[in-house]
Amino acid sequence: MKKIWIGVGLAFALTLAGCGGGEKTEAPKTETGAATAGGAAAVPDEVNGATITGKVTFDGTKPTPKTIDMSAVPACMNAHKTPQKSEETIVNDNGTLKYVFVWVKSGLPADKTWQVPTTPVAITQTGCMYSPHVIGAMAGQNLDIKNADPTNHNIHPLPQVNAEWNESQPPGSPDKMQSFPRQEVLIPVKCNIHPWMRAYIGVVNHPFFAVTGDDGTYSIKGLPPGTYTIEIVHEKYGTTDQDITVGAKDSKTLDFTVKG
Amino acid sequence: MCTLALVTAGGLVTGNDAALSVPDWPLSWGRLVPPLEGGIRYEFAHRVLAATVAALTALLAFRMQAREPNPWLRKLAWAAFAAVLAQAALGGAMVKLVDPKSLAIAHACLAQLCFGLTVAVAVGLGPAAAEAGGAGNSAIPAIAVAAIFAQTILGAAVRHHALGLAPHIVGAALAAALVMWASLGVLIRHMDEASLRRPAMLLLMLTAAQIFMGLAAYTARSLAVDDPQPMPLTVWTTLAHVVVGALAFGAAVALAMRVRGRHKCTVDGTL
Repeated sequence: MKKIWIGVGLAFALTLAGCGGGEKTEAPKTETGAATAGGAAAVPDEVNGATITGKVTFDGTKPTPKTIDMSAVPACMNAHKTPQKSEETIVNDNGTLKYVFVWVKSGLPADKTWQVPTTPVAITQTGCMYSPHVIGAMAGQNLDIKNADPTNHNIHPLPQVNAEWNESQPPGSPDKMQSFPRQEVLIPVKCNIHPWMRAYIGVVNHPFFAVTGDDGTYSIKGLPPGTYTIEIVHEKYGTTDQDITVGAKDSKTLDFTVKG
Repeated sequence: MCTLALVTAGGLVTGNDAALSVPDWPLSWGRLVPPLEGGIRYEFAHRVLAATVAALTALLAFRMQAREPNPWLRKLAWAAFAAVLAQAALGGAMVKLVDPKSLAIAHACLAQLCFGLTVAVAVGLGPAAAEAGGAGNSAIPAIAVAAIFAQTILGAAVRHHALGLAPHIVGAALAAALVMWASLGVLIRHMDEASLRRPAMLLLMLTAAQIFMGLAAYTARSLAVDDPQPMPLTVWTTLAHVVVGALAFGAAVALAMRVRGRHKCTVDGTL
């Protein structure tokens, strides 16, 4: 009979009892990437380095963005005058594609490390949407995650290479500082409370990356002379890459086309 | 009924992509009752139901320990209680370890096993199990139970993106064939015995419904591939597929129990 009572106690401990959990006090994290360890990390030479610019054109019928249904959460719905649209595929008025992550996939000297910026990359939860929808950061660079909403969020990235984590962020709580120590393009981020919320983070080991905006263009500056593979990554349309050779102070154009 | 409600609540959590809307466990957002909004409502309702089922299963096990003369049924009740505890621990581990696929699949499968065990206890306590009659082949319904459970594992793996759809479809064909073999075999031999005819008929009907719900869920998912959030049609068809699957598993367990009970009654006069 004694064993039975122990079993019952265990049952309720597992299902109900309050041990552990709770909010953690957030403190800024230091960069953990190898680039900061030895102090000999390089920074892009924007004066003598090469610049690659270009645009990402969308080839196909412009898709109509789907409307997000926020009616289940009034705090989210009331934050917008008009219903919000999905940011998965945004074709700009000039026929270019927004939110494409562009980065140097290969070609950089293997023995060179790059200084991790001390400035964090900000991502804000506002109106129950992530702003911006796609960001880039260096491995080890801090992400400053803000909750500007009067409602609760959880931040749940789904990396394959880095460790997965999931943290709550009530309204008015301090910003969360997080970083990903390993290169990974792209990491989806979601909120399980508001399942339409999606963001993507491109994490790379160097500073040569960009995200296309409202005009669909990108610019990567300060590249050392060399031959590089430039890759574009889109959450729906996947990846495409091209090779390019640049010399010192070169300014070259490299355009991409994504088939819809 | 509570265990089935728990399976349903779990299906709603997964369907609404709300499994990690509460990032802590056993507390919820550091409290006993979290802010009830968005996905948190599904996850918290699931936790409350889990606690209720754990309490009810414990009560069942205690009562049977005190009053049930059949040691086999007492063991089944304790097995059901242990399974509910393991299920709670798995749910907690999923939250703590941030939802690894393997744990999510195990959680989905153990839920069905919990339901099957409670069905087995209920059938064991029922009057029909003690009736005497002609022996059937008790192995075939048991094989059908195993086939449906294997199909549950494949379904959970598909749902949690660990496996493609093809193995689940092949498994569905095999499970349906085994169910028909078991059910029709029982119906041919025992059509005039309600205690066997009913679970056999129920199993056949639920299996047919399950195939239909599987097609419906697949179609709904295919139509919703570009939607920015889980849409009601997808959520409800998939949930129906999960719940009907659980009911089919329960019916197969009931049939196997009754065939086994009849077999034992005929062979050695005991249940």
